[in-house]
Amino acid sequence: MYSFEVDKPGSVEAAVAALQIEEAMALGGGQTLIPTLKQRLASPSRLVSLAGIAEMKGVSAVDGVVTIGGGTPHATVAREAAGAYPALAALAGNIGDPAVRNRGTIGGSLANNDPAACYPSAALASGATIVTSSREIAADDYFQGMFTTALHEGEIVTAVRFPVPQAASYQKFEQPASRFALVGVFLARFAEGVRVAVTGASEDGVFRWSEAEEALNKEFRADALTGLAIAPENMIADLHGTKEYRAHLVSVMTKRAIRAVG
Amino acid sequence: MPKDHGIGASPKRREDVRFLSGTGNYTDDINLNGQAYVHFLRSDVAHGRIDRVDTAAAAAMPGVVRIFTGADFEGVGGLPCGWQVTDRHGQPMAEPGHPVLAQGKVRHVGDPIAAVVADTYEQARDAAEAIELDIEELPAVVDMKAALRDGAPKVHDDLAGNLCYDWGFVEENREAVDKAIKEAAHVTTLELVNQRMVANPMEPRVAVGDYNRATGDHTLYTTSQNPHVIRLLMGAFVLGIPEHKLRVVAPDVGGGFGTKIFHYAEEAFCTFAAKAVNRPVKWTSSRSEAFMSDAHGRDHVTKIELALDAENNFVALRTDTHANMGAYLSTFAPSVPTWLHGTLMAGNYKTPLIYVNVKAVFTNTVPVDAYRGAGRPEATFQLERVIDKAARELGVDPVALRRQNFITEFPYATPVAVEYDTGDYNATMDKLIEIGDFAGFAARRAASEAKGKLRGLGVNCYIEACGIAPSNLVGQLGARAGLYESATVRVNATGGLVVMTGSHSHGQGHETAFPQVIAEMIGIDESMVEIVHGDTANTPMGMGTYGSRSLAVGGSAMVRATEKIINKAKRIAAHLMEASESDIELKDGQFSVAGTDKSVAWGDVTLAAYVPHNYPLEDIEPGLEETAFYDPSNFTYPSGAYACEVEVDPETGRVTIERMTAADDFGNIVNPMIVSGQVHGGLAQGIGQALLEGCVYDENGQLLSASYMDYAMPRADDLPFYTVDHSCVTPCTHNPLGVKGCGEAGAIGSPPSVVNAVVDALQSAGRDVTHIDMPLSPARVWAALQG
Ligand SMILES: Cc1cc2nc3c(=O)[nH]c(=O)nc-3n(C[C@H](O)[C@H](O)[C@H](O)COP(=O)(O)OP(=O)(O)OC[C@H]3O[C@@H](n4cnc5c(N)ncnc54)[C@H](O)[C@@H]3O)c2cc1C
Repeated sequence: MYSFEVDKPGSVEAAVAALQIEEAMALGGGQTLIPTLKQRLASPSRLVSLAGIAEMKGVSAVDGVVTIGGGTPHATVAREAAGAYPALAALAGNIGDPAVRNRGTIGGSLANNDPAACYPSAALASGATIVTSSREIAADDYFQGMFTTALHEGEIVTAVRFPVPQAASYQKFEQPASRFALVGVFLARFAEGVRVAVTGASEDGVFRWSEAEEALNKEFRADALTGLAIAPENMIADLHGTKEYRAHLVSVMTKRAIRAVG
Repeated sequence: MPKDHGIGASPKRREDVRFLSGTGNYTDDINLNGQAYVHFLRSDVAHGRIDRVDTAAAAAMPGVVRIFTGADFEGVGGLPCGWQVTDRHGQPMAEPGHPVLAQGKVRHVGDPIAAVVADTYEQARDAAEAIELDIEELPAVVDMKAALRDGAPKVHDDLAGNLCYDWGFVEENREAVDKAIKEAAHVTTLELVNQRMVANPMEPRVAVGDYNRATGDHTLYTTSQNPHVIRLLMGAFVLGIPEHKLRVVAPDVGGGFGTKIFHYAEEAFCTFAAKAVNRPVKWTSSRSEAFMSDAHGRDHVTKIELALDAENNFVALRTDTHANMGAYLSTFAPSVPTWLHGTLMAGNYKTPLIYVNVKAVFTNTVPVDAYRGAGRPEATFQLERVIDKAARELGVDPVALRRQNFITEFPYATPVAVEYDTGDYNATMDKLIEIGDFAGFAARRAASEAKGKLRGLGVNCYIEACGIAPSNLVGQLGARAGLYESATVRVNATGGLVVMTGSHSHGQGHETAFPQVIAEMIGIDESMVEIVHGDTANTPMGMGTYGSRSLAVGGSAMVRATEKIINKAKRIAAHLMEASESDIELKDGQFSVAGTDKSVAWGDVTLAAYVPHNYPLEDIEPGLEETAFYDPSNFTYPSGAYACEVEVDPETGRVTIERMTAADDFGNIVNPMIVSGQVHGGLAQGIGQALLEGCVYDENGQLLSASYMDYAMPRADDLPFYTVDHSCVTPCTHNPLGVKGCGEAGAIGSPPSVVNAVVDALQSAGRDVTHIDMPLSPARVWAALQG
């Protein structure tokens, strides 16, 4: 680790101000950032910890929308969203290990947008709104490829609003070593239609499988996917799976999600 | 009624109290006054010529004490290799130098180039980044067969090529084996990879060097399985420090699995630098460094052929293995694919003709050496896989084929140089079938199929040679060390005992099991016995712990020393009771005179030995302390039969282990709980190898599996509840306890049964799959299912 200063502001406003300093970085739960610093792969001058900002914490459910503060740890979501949005709570409860879940935050996860992370698929499939320190961004506009988002420098994810679907399921096929998603499919069924978001698979990061959505909007059964396949070209290939394998898993996990929501 | 103390009881491990309560004393807990920290600048290319290392700017950085490079070690010895293998043609193996810090070339990612000693660890790291390096990258060799081709880049310019040795065993059998295979009724051939593994002990390696200017004494604290071996190798071959001026301490060690046997550059560096800078020097490996500097394990590519006659008797076996040595020869690397591997190729079977060829190869990768089982898992894996394949080809029951070919008479001299003293392979197989509920398998398979899953049952046997090893024999085979063990037993005046053993516990439970033996012999409570190990200053010269040798060899030394103690104590007791020595009996801590009611307690005798007022000083020295060295006359041969039941998800290729059953014959058992624990741990590592772990380099020699993000360690939920049994006992015939050793069995015995089970599952669904290379990741199994 290189040395750096640490700030612990008590409000979003103060945090935004603190982030104006050159080379300052927001620190959420540190579950991604701290290992990066330990490896000396980043050298921020100052870390602005968001952990002390009360307005960025907590889970609330009002009028069919679950709102999660950007600084809310995964374990809290797993506990407190279980009634209002069980599929989301289950996703949060299966991220990493207890230490990761007690520290890591939804804001950090969405800001980081790891191509194998779980939350991006939930946000995209739910048609969530990413609320930041300066604006609101629709999930469809927010994710812009591996580790890339619509966030500007110094912009903070303060909350995420999830419209609650009629039914939903997250099917995660774990990469054996990291247990991030080798392929994860979040399927959300709304009165207006079905949304299917896929994480872990694509070189372009989380994406919506629109052919599957169309097919399911016509007929909501696993068989509706027959004949549909993801093209392997843009899939990720690594030690843990070929492009073909990932493309195949997208279908399998989507079908499992369909069966799970019934 | 299970015993509650002594041999056969299962007291809880006394050492666990400190391990589990955070009060252990590991090497990283040792911090010496004025200590400086070292950070190693390591190569990030697999192969390169070092054109320039400029440390001037770095040396001026805050806190820097001194920066060392290869040039500082020019007058110093290199890291020695402890085993010389002689090749098929009678020539010694190619033995390249292994400098402490790279000289001229770097040969693998992680090869240390420079060492920065500074006041703090972060300062050392900062300064390392300021070192200016010019390295001309050279083409790397990673694949063993490519490394042996003409014109391949040479890892060591001063060697003829990348071949370390071409070993044939038993060379005289070669033609007879070829002929038998040519003429056999059936030959089953299998090509397979025993993949490279990273040992990953929970505690990374640490070294602290210290030098006392007043006395000229050196001390090294290090995470070692064998401190005396390090003292000898480092003192005599690297730094030229006589053993009486060098103390090596290996305090609590958090797991070794083989990778902490070897003498490493960092140990020599810290010892050397402590004197050079006149401050203690400490190094703590990060997990990332461990991946690229701890010796790796396995990494064999093998072709095996099993020939059978028309009645399905094994008639000959031929194997051809390429074994990766990595970039340098680690301490015992040459012995692993040869004497620890070829000698086990008979397995549990009476195959009359065997020929083993091993080509050891240098590549631009981390050195490879012994890892839990060392050579024996590689032998077992190929043999038990090829037998399974043969059974399937011939349409016979794999268990029946094995039974038909079992060795049943002992002692049995194999055609590969070893003599098994005892064993009963049918007994462990019978036990396996019973406790593994083979009878219920068909129903379980049907239940799995009803869920859309495939179910398979895989079986294998194993035998290992452990209790390593008869010194005169291993000397003939090229070992540059003896492999006896030692113990000093010191009885205190008030009757308590301290055992100073040359063996070393890094998780095995010596501190609990060894006292059980003494408690049994004397008839006193285990709490009266303390075990001291790990410090060359207060233990007799010993060879340490690996190869399941602690109880079989170290325990035997302790028994011999304790026998000497008891003999002397009986003489003292005879004097105290005015009786004849031959009439003295020792039972439950009381010496009595046979046929009388006279007795004295253990404590009365020990007190008399140290307060010799009423004592035959003219005949017997005062005091009660004895040392014994024990050199085994043969290896021990634990054996057993293992079964694995898997479910395979045909949609994803994911394998889950549903049942894992082990029936072992470990000879006599001192602490059944500890033995079960050793088997459990071994199974976890074996299953880890079969399903999850694998160290992978790309073609440029970059380590792809360089962290836990990509190197899959087994976690608790990857593993089933085990059924283990060690009630089949054929005691070892040649050591005093009749014990055989159990530390490696699980890791040796489990990978073949896992793979056999997956192949069985896939074949049950009509797939023509005869082999999948480990690790059987979901992606690989799915690919195999696609045909
Ligand atoms: C062992 C392990 C296993 C894991 N397994 C999984 C898994 O299975 N699935 C999964 O999805 N994730 C997994 N993770 C990642 C985990 O969910 C992280 O917590 C998450 O990715 C980052 O959140 P954080 O709060 O820790 O962010 P940090 O590490 O603090 O920050 C990450 C990045 O986001 C920025 N940032 C943080 N908070 C905000 C904010 N509110 N607004 C704007 N920018 C912000 C930081 O500046 C930094 O660039 C795992 C992590 C570990 C260590």
